[in-house]
Amino acid sequence: MALISRHEVVERRALLLALLILVTVSIGGIVEIVPLFTIESTIERVKGVRPYSPLEQLGRDIYVREGCYVCHSQMIRPFRDEVERYGHYSLAAESMYDHPFQWGSKRTGPDLARVGGKYSNEWHVAHLVDPQSVVPESVMPAYPWLLERELDVSDIRARLETLRIVGVPYTDEMIEKAVEDVRAQADPEADHEELLRRYPKAAVGDFDGQPDRLTEMDALVAYLQILGRMVDFTEVKPEDLVQ
Amino acid sequence: MAVAAASSAGVTGERIAYNEDVVRLFTVATIFWGVVGFLVGTFIAFQLAYPWLNLPYEWGTFGRLRPVHTSAVIFAFGGNALLATSLYVVQRTCRAPLFGGPALAYFLFWGYQIFIVLAATGYVMGITQSREYAEPEWYVDLWLTIVWVVYFIVFFGTILRRREPHIYVANWFYLAFIITIAILHIFNNLAVPVSWFGTKSYSLFAGVQDALLQWWYGHNAVGFFLTAGFLGMMYYFVPKQAQRPVYSYRLSIVHFWALIFLYIWAGPHHLHWTALPVWAQILGMTFSVMLWMPSWGGMINGLMTLSGAWDKLRWDPVLRFLVVSVAFYGMSTFEGPLMSVRQVNALSHYTDWTVGHVHSGALGWVAFVSFGALYYLVPRLWKAERLYSIRLVEWHFWIASLGIVLYITSMWVSGIMQGLMWRTYDSLGFLQFSFVETVEAMHPFYVIRALGGVLFTAGALIMVYNLWRTMRREVRAEELLPSQAGALRVAAAG
Repeated sequence: MALISRHEVVERRALLLALLILVTVSIGGIVEIVPLFTIESTIERVKGVRPYSPLEQLGRDIYVREGCYVCHSQMIRPFRDEVERYGHYSLAAESMYDHPFQWGSKRTGPDLARVGGKYSNEWHVAHLVDPQSVVPESVMPAYPWLLERELDVSDIRARLETLRIVGVPYTDEMIEKAVEDVRAQADPEADHEELLRRYPKAAVGDFDGQPDRLTEMDALVAYLQILGRMVDFTEVKPEDLVQ
Repeated sequence: MAVAAASSAGVTGERIAYNEDVVRLFTVATIFWGVVGFLVGTFIAFQLAYPWLNLPYEWGTFGRLRPVHTSAVIFAFGGNALLATSLYVVQRTCRAPLFGGPALAYFLFWGYQIFIVLAATGYVMGITQSREYAEPEWYVDLWLTIVWVVYFIVFFGTILRRREPHIYVANWFYLAFIITIAILHIFNNLAVPVSWFGTKSYSLFAGVQDALLQWWYGHNAVGFFLTAGFLGMMYYFVPKQAQRPVYSYRLSIVHFWALIFLYIWAGPHHLHWTALPVWAQILGMTFSVMLWMPSWGGMINGLMTLSGAWDKLRWDPVLRFLVVSVAFYGMSTFEGPLMSVRQVNALSHYTDWTVGHVHSGALGWVAFVSFGALYYLVPRLWKAERLYSIRLVEWHFWIASLGIVLYITSMWVSGIMQGLMWRTYDSLGFLQFSFVETVEAMHPFYVIRALGGVLFTAGALIMVYNLWRTMRREVRAEELLPSQAGALRVAAAG
């Protein structure tokens, strides 16, 4: 054990000790993290994943703000029971524009990766306002104020621009029309053609049951309604999913 | 080793003006934030059992309060305990006063408390990055970076000015903790703010890369903040309280380097069966299992330090806190590798089993070793004859231990039960339970867990009372065993 008897050298030189610590703790992280950026097959080759519409993104920011990730995962594992309960297992591609990711780590409540389209807007509103009114055994907190608070759209363009900096492919047009798109998506009377061209499959209409108001509830429900719906799994071939 | 052990005993002719003011401040902060963290934790435990306790205000929901609890116990309680003990230990084992003098030390203290307050007030207002254990937004992260650099300068500068030829083993662990936390903090918090005057930012990374970066951070917050740092604590306070030298010098070398090398690889076990590529999951699992060995190397080195002094456990409750903490460390670091095996993780992930595992480490190891260190430090820092009451330490020990047992066992049962219920099929091949039926089944265990929290917090309040009276240099009239009376008196040289 010659190495151990020579450890004295390290114990007597503080800078050497600090340097060796730095090298020792760097190796694992570099080996595991760097390839995730360089190996192309890390993200599966599927179609349909798009940036969130401005309304969905604002809803997502509310989801983050309220700490929903503390109790809800957005990551379905490839097990028979999970696929039957929640739907197709989650792909890396489906969260490629998620800054930050919301995979979660605990299911005090059910997984939400594919909750989009499973419940009506009315159900979501009733559930968020008073969860026990629709699910008596639920332990979820109530969020009635989401229905009261006007949605703040003042910095939506700055938000999309920031997301573009970190890599979400928002076009100039998308950023330009951000405020109009927010209002159009939550207004059942509006012309949705342009919005749906930019953001295919976006749920449109009055989400919060208050057609004359644009509230935080509109944004959050719009976000929940797109979750897991971007990829059409009937078109996906097995070889597209190889990582 | 003999040299280092002698110096740590403070056997020296000359007096060195150690900076103990800042250590006292950090000690008080540890006690204060500990109680805050335990109270919030107990409250949110009751919220899960009785959802009407989610207050009808935005700041009062579980989603906003949970980060307050985790940050309060990890960074406020644990962080202040690490700062208090590391600054105490580094001065004594290096026989040098703190580098940078009182000014830098006070900046470090107040800077760190400002970080805690900024983080916690942000959470209740909904300002969060949603990265577990790294929730503070960009402006708080920048502030913490400055404070952390000052911490490194103070700690490392003191080592550079040491009057001992060797750097004591506790300081290797503290140094590894300070350096690694800096790296983790910087890379996991890379984000672009929406505006320079707003609080919101977006992570530089997305999806799968973001997830691995976060759990590389998350697991090593456990590995370096809650393990390496607290092992530094163990390597000073266990030998001091047991009055025995560290069991094995060789073992400390081997397990130190193995521990810090292996830990950093373990992050992917938080992402088993997710969209993270399988090669990364396998790497994370393999290194997590290997990590069992250096972890137990540390446990063995701590426990065997009691060789020839095991009888002290019967009558020294302070030593008992320290030794039981090392035993919990051993148990958690066995359970961890077990849960990192993909097949086990398939059952345990997303359930309360993980929560129970974390708390056997956090309550049993981190908090107990900190309590032991606090009981050691307070009489010495406040120049008291001894602790106000030994009997109250006994009460604290048994009440807190009972609380931990309730906590861990209830979470084992609820976690494994829920994991099994999720995958149960009926005879016709359908899923037997709806999700909410599994939530309903958790209720009794959530009540038991919350009661465990009540006991643990009650024990901590007994400690606060005991330490407060000790700071006033009072001694409670109580009957002690003959062996206790002399041995528990704090030696003047302390």
